Amino acid sequence: MLAKASHLTLQWWMTLRLRQQAGSHRGSALTQRDNTMSLSPPIREEYEVELAPFTQEDLARETPLLQRIWQQSWVRKTVILIALALIWEIAARIQGNDLLLPSFIDTAKAFIDGIVTGELLAKVWISLTVLVKGYLIGIVLAFGMTTLAVSTQLGRDLLGTLTSMLNPLPAIALLPLSLLWFGLGENSLIFVLVHSVLWALALNTYAGFLGVSETQRMAGRNYGLKGIRFVWYILIPAALPSILAGLKIGWAFAWRTLIAAELVFGASSGKGGLGWYIFQNRNELYTDKVFAGLAAVIIIGLMVENLLFSNVERLTVKRWGMQR
Amino acid sequence: MNAVLQSHTASDRLNAQQANQPHAEALLQVQGVCLEYRTPERVVRATHQVSFEVDPADRFVLLGPSGCGKSTLLKAVAGFITPSEGQIRLAGQQVKEPGPDRIVVFQEFDQLPPWKTVIENVMFPLLASRTLKRPEALERARHYLEKVGLSAFADAYPHTLSGGMKARVAIARALAMQPKILLMDEPFAALDALTRRKMQEELLELWEEVRFTLLFVTHSIEEALVVGNRILLLSPHPGRVRAEINSHQYDLKSLGGVDFQASAQRIHRLLFDEGEAPAVEQDLRFQDIRIAY
Repeated sequence: MLAKASHLTLQWWMTLRLRQQAGSHRGSALTQRDNTMSLSPPIREEYEVELAPFTQEDLARETPLLQRIWQQSWVRKTVILIALALIWEIAARIQGNDLLLPSFIDTAKAFIDGIVTGELLAKVWISLTVLVKGYLIGIVLAFGMTTLAVSTQLGRDLLGTLTSMLNPLPAIALLPLSLLWFGLGENSLIFVLVHSVLWALALNTYAGFLGVSETQRMAGRNYGLKGIRFVWYILIPAALPSILAGLKIGWAFAWRTLIAAELVFGASSGKGGLGWYIFQNRNELYTDKVFAGLAAVIIIGLMVENLLFSNVERLTVKRWGMQR
Repeated sequence: MNAVLQSHTASDRLNAQQANQPHAEALLQVQGVCLEYRTPERVVRATHQVSFEVDPADRFVLLGPSGCGKSTLLKAVAGFITPSEGQIRLAGQQVKEPGPDRIVVFQEFDQLPPWKTVIENVMFPLLASRTLKRPEALERARHYLEKVGLSAFADAYPHTLSGGMKARVAIARALAMQPKILLMDEPFAALDALTRRKMQEELLELWEEVRFTLLFVTHSIEEALVVGNRILLLSPHPGRVRAEINSHQYDLKSLGGVDFQASAQRIHRLLFDEGEAPAVEQDLRFQDIRIAY
C-alpha cells in the first residue's frame, strides 16, 4: 500500500511537471488565452449603398435532359410497371406451364383480343355502371349520416355505434343475405356496394369535420352560416383532404367487393360483369383470359387513381395549399 | 407638462359619474357582464361585472394582462359566448348569437378559408349573409381590397401570402361587410414587429377614411395608446374594470414622447398596482433658477 501511495504521488508530481513544461512552451498560447478575455473588435467605417433597381437575370440553370424526364412521375411509374412486366415474363418462361402462369405476352394478346372483339369492354362497362350507382348512393348516405353526427349528439352516437358494428363486417358476407332480400337483380349488388363504401367514407368524413380548426368554425358562424349551409360552405371544404382519402378508400373497397361479388354471384340480369368474365374463363381453363381480366381490374384501378383522383387533388387541395 | 395632467384628469371622478348614465347615442352597451367557463371540476369566472360603452367611430381598446378575460369579452360581444349575468346591447338590440353585423378579425392566420382566392374571401361574408348579390359584392370587394393595397393579389390563394398580407385581407373582408362594429382580437400579435408597426399605421389611416367603430383587444400598452382613443384596463383573475383612460391625443408619432411614456407608466402601475405615482419630474427652466446673492 505504501508502494501504491508513493507511485500515485510520483504520477501526480510528474503530471504537474509536464503541465509546467507545456505551459512554458505554450507561453504565447497562455498569453493568447489571456488576451481573448479582453478582445474587442476594431471599429470599422460605416457606409451606405444607393440601391439601383434590381432586375433578375435568368438565373435558371439547365438541368440535364435525363434528370428532367425522370422528374415526371408518370415516367417513373411506367418504368416500375415495365420492370414488373419483365419479371413476370421471365418467371413465366422459367415456369413453362401455360395453364398455371401465362406469360406477359400471352396475357397482353388475350387482353387486346378481348378489347378488339368488344367482349372485355362490354363486361367492364357493365361492372362500372353498377359500381358508380352503388358508389354515389354510398356517398349521399355517408354525407347525410355525417351531417347528422356533426349537428346532434344522438347522431354522433349513432354514427359511432353503427360504424364500429358494421365496418369490420365484410361486404361479401352480406351477399347471400342481399340475394335473399333483393333477388337476382342489380339491386343486391348495389346493396353490397353501398355497405362497402358507406362506413369507411363516413368515418373519414367525420374525422375530417372534427379536425376543422376552431377559428374557421368561428369565422363561419360569424358570417351567419348555420346548419346545412355551414356544413356545405365551411366544413366540407375544410375537411376535403380527409374526404378525398375516404373517397379513395371507399372506391377501392367497392371495386374489390364488386369483382368478388360477381365471381360468386354470377351474371346479373343475364349480362355478366368483369368478375363473371374471370369466373367463366377460369372454368374453361383459359388462364390467359383470366389474367387479362385481372389485368383489366388492375388497369382500371390505376387509371382511376392516377387520372381521376390525382387530378381532383391537383385542382383542389393541392392548389389551395391544404395538402402537399 | 400640462398635457400630462390633462390626460390624467380625463378619467377622473367626473367621467366615472358620467359613465354610470348610459349615453343615448352609444353604439355598444355592455352592462354588468359576467362571463364564466365551465370545466368538469368547477366553474371559472372569466370576467366579473364589466361595464363599458362604445360610441360610433370610437377606437375602443380592451387592455390587460393574460387571464383578464379580454378575448372572452370580445367573443361575448361577437355573440359566441352568452353572459351569465348582465347584458350586451348593440344599437339597442341584445346580442344573442354571432352575426355579420359584428365581424371579428382573429389573431390566427387560418381565419381565411384557404380554398378561396383573396377576392373571393373578401366577398364571402357578403354572399354568405346574403347582403349583396354577386356583381355588387365583387365591386365592393375590389374597392376595399384596393384600400388595403392588395389589388394585385386578388386572384392569389391565401397560402401564398405573407402574414401581414393575410392580416390585411382579413381586415378588408371585415370592412367590406360594413359592420356596425369591427371586432379585433389581437390581430397583429402574430406578426413581426416591423409589419406590426406598418399595420397599425394602415389601420389608423383606414379609420381616418372610413370612420368605422372599432373594438380592439391587445396586451401591449404601446399598441393600445397608439391605436385606441379610449382604453379600458382590465385586471386579471377574474377580469374586472380597473380604469378607463383617454388616448385620443396619441398616434404613431408620439411613441417615445414624454407624455406618452408617462401615460404608459401610469397604465403599467394601474395594472400591476405598484404603489403611488412618483413625483413628476419637472424640467428646470430659466425662471426656476434662483441665484443666491
